[in-house]
Amino acid sequence: KSTNFYKHMDSDKMVKLTLKRLSAEDEYPDLSQHNNYMAKVLTQDMYKKLRERATPSGFTIDGVIQTGVDNPGHPFIMTVGCVAGDEETYEVFKDLLDPVIEDRHGGYKPTDKHKTDLNSGNLKGGDDLDPNYVLSSRVRTGRSIRGFSLPPHCSRGERRAVEKLSIEALASLSGDLKGKYYALKNMTDAEQQQLIDDHFLFDKPVSPLLLASGMARDWPDARGIWHNDNKTFLVWVNEEDHLRVISMQKGGNMKEVFTRFCTGLTKIESLFKERSHEFMWNEHLGYVLTCPSNLGTGLRAGVHVKLPNLSKNTKFEEVLKKLRLQKRGTGGVDTAAVGGVFDISNADRLGFSEVELVQMVVDGVKLLVDMEKRLEKGQSIDDLMPAQK
Amino acid sequence: MPFGNTHNNFKLNYKVEEEFPDLSKHNNHMAKVLTKEIYGKLRDKQTPSGYTLDDVIQTGVDNPGHPFIMTVGCVAGDEESYEVFKDLLDPVISDRHGGYKPTDKHKTDLNHENLKGGDDLDPNYVLSSRVRTGRSIKGFTLPPHNSRGERRIIERLSIEALNSLDGEFKGKYYPLNTMTDAEQEQLIADHFLFDKPVSPLLTCAGMARDWPDGRGIWHNENKTFLVWVNEEDHLRVISMQKGGNMREVFRRFCVGLQKIEEIFKKHNRGFMWNEHLGYILTCPSNLGTGLRGGVHVKLSKLSTHPKFEEILTRLRLQKRGTGGVDTASVGGVFDISNADRLGSSEVEQVQLVVDGVKLMVEMEKKLEKGESIDSMIPAQK
Repeated sequence: KSTNFYKHMDSDKMVKLTLKRLSAEDEYPDLSQHNNYMAKVLTQDMYKKLRERATPSGFTIDGVIQTGVDNPGHPFIMTVGCVAGDEETYEVFKDLLDPVIEDRHGGYKPTDKHKTDLNSGNLKGGDDLDPNYVLSSRVRTGRSIRGFSLPPHCSRGERRAVEKLSIEALASLSGDLKGKYYALKNMTDAEQQQLIDDHFLFDKPVSPLLLASGMARDWPDARGIWHNDNKTFLVWVNEEDHLRVISMQKGGNMKEVFTRFCTGLTKIESLFKERSHEFMWNEHLGYVLTCPSNLGTGLRAGVHVKLPNLSKNTKFEEVLKKLRLQKRGTGGVDTAAVGGVFDISNADRLGFSEVELVQMVVDGVKLLVDMEKRLEKGQSIDDLMPAQK
Repeated sequence: MPFGNTHNNFKLNYKVEEEFPDLSKHNNHMAKVLTKEIYGKLRDKQTPSGYTLDDVIQTGVDNPGHPFIMTVGCVAGDEESYEVFKDLLDPVISDRHGGYKPTDKHKTDLNHENLKGGDDLDPNYVLSSRVRTGRSIKGFTLPPHNSRGERRIIERLSIEALNSLDGEFKGKYYPLNTMTDAEQEQLIADHFLFDKPVSPLLTCAGMARDWPDGRGIWHNENKTFLVWVNEEDHLRVISMQKGGNMREVFRRFCVGLQKIEEIFKKHNRGFMWNEHLGYILTCPSNLGTGLRGGVHVKLSKLSTHPKFEEILTRLRLQKRGTGGVDTASVGGVFDISNADRLGSSEVEQVQLVVDGVKLMVEMEKKLEKGESIDSMIPAQK
């Protein structure tokens, strides 16, 4: 017979009173120091309305916004500040997410339709970017498997199921795409270092943007990386999205990179379908991913390109903007450029198709390299300035 | 807590084996105790405020531990966690607190006059003395789980209570979100300020959510009595001063703590406490007294003596570096404090520190003169 040491809690009434739900005003986050898309949009009234809801899997507004509350942002970089916990988040919390999406994706309206085009034959050119300048080419996207909640919210059981399905699907790839899966929890330090050196491995989750949204829970359980024998096609499992799919190689043949990308992606999708699973997609948001910034194509196509002269030119930022391109350092987002080598990629994700975005990169980088060559010779680039795309 | 799979409605569709965490590389108290059977029994339970087993264990799943340091690996989200999840927490408590049984009773003694001596530790060796504990306010959930609204109320109640203190306790509250960098640096230099939450032990348990909202530090004008609000516990109460007068530090500690408790009671608030677990705190390691009484003491010779660890164990003391838990000692100066929290009273624990440190300083002096300390090795307390 156990002694109930909690008998003295005569204060049942008091406990209940305190646990009675506090008001929206009591709970509304302090966003006064904040500069991210969520903080720009979320008013107290909106919070009051949305806190009464949850998605079928149980994701709430507090889950959506936690990362944006914990990471006020940077005066110059606009982070998104909110994430989805499942496919339904984008519907249940549309009052917040529609304006965030509109702000982040250049005015994309709740009624707009997004087109998907993964036919690499539609890409013009792209096989002849000068390898003296373009050191490597890469295309990546993400995919979510319908019926499972997303990395901020998923349980260990769900995550493992996603891993298991992914391994099965990837194991049936053949030819140029034949490869192997490396589970993170069994990887040796040597394998890990090699994968990092190859620019393959995803970060251990140290970014507070990821940590605050719960995406690093249970690490490294059910996380892993798959790549083909040639090391030109790889898949990350259960990092920020269920799947991240990457095609890459040295040099400037973006056409080949994109062709492999489309072929591989389409093959993987059909393998999932054979197993009665599909990717999250709808005609408004395109491919549904964890971060609202990756909706649409989820595609980032980019090159590492030498632009030591152009990058110092006063018109560099303006040129990038007109070409709808963005620059990053060669370590990825938020890193600095090293030796005049920049990561140049498409700025858009939603409202343009995959082919259209890669076309912008191909055409834009070709022009940037021409400009670099001019500046090397001490010549002007004024006549090369592009119109706004 | 808001993030994670607390209210993931799909997880119960998966079998126990599919959801049970992989603890094969783990070395913490939770991992030692949690079996599939216990997990299966408790996984669909929740406390009245909605805290679940996955919440309790998340920090221990995410932080496998260290081969030599045993972390606890689980936390409470509210007072009821210790009841609802007792199948996990009772064995963890027993393991961590020297065999403390589910039927044992804990005694509280905050009468500082019951301490014998303690006012004469040699200040040439004992550089500073400090006593800290934690308190949780009944009716609110704990830092791993509480909402912004709850946290803010705790802060407000705490400020009201602390602002009514007077005499030697008269002081001021510094909310973290309006503190200047200069104020912050000064508080860190004074050994007052709590860490920005970078420790994954804290962040994985959700205790750093919404930082720095609702957090702050209060201290008296003399800088000898301070309170941390909403860090790892609702309140952390600290009494400290330079030198070896632990008696005075403990007096101020007991008097201040009791004054604070009276003010809370006047407003119909109490601290979480029961006769089995004593004071209820977030981490199971802090149950009982929640008390860590310690000194910074110069023991350059004794600390290199082969029997140092054994002496500490027998005296029921532990050593840390002068930066706190998990830091290294600097210049032969160690942080020496009581190892126990549960099953002995506040007076008893501080008595162990006072008597033990006195002995170690005498040993240090002997070793300085090149004499042996073999006859001084104590019996197991």
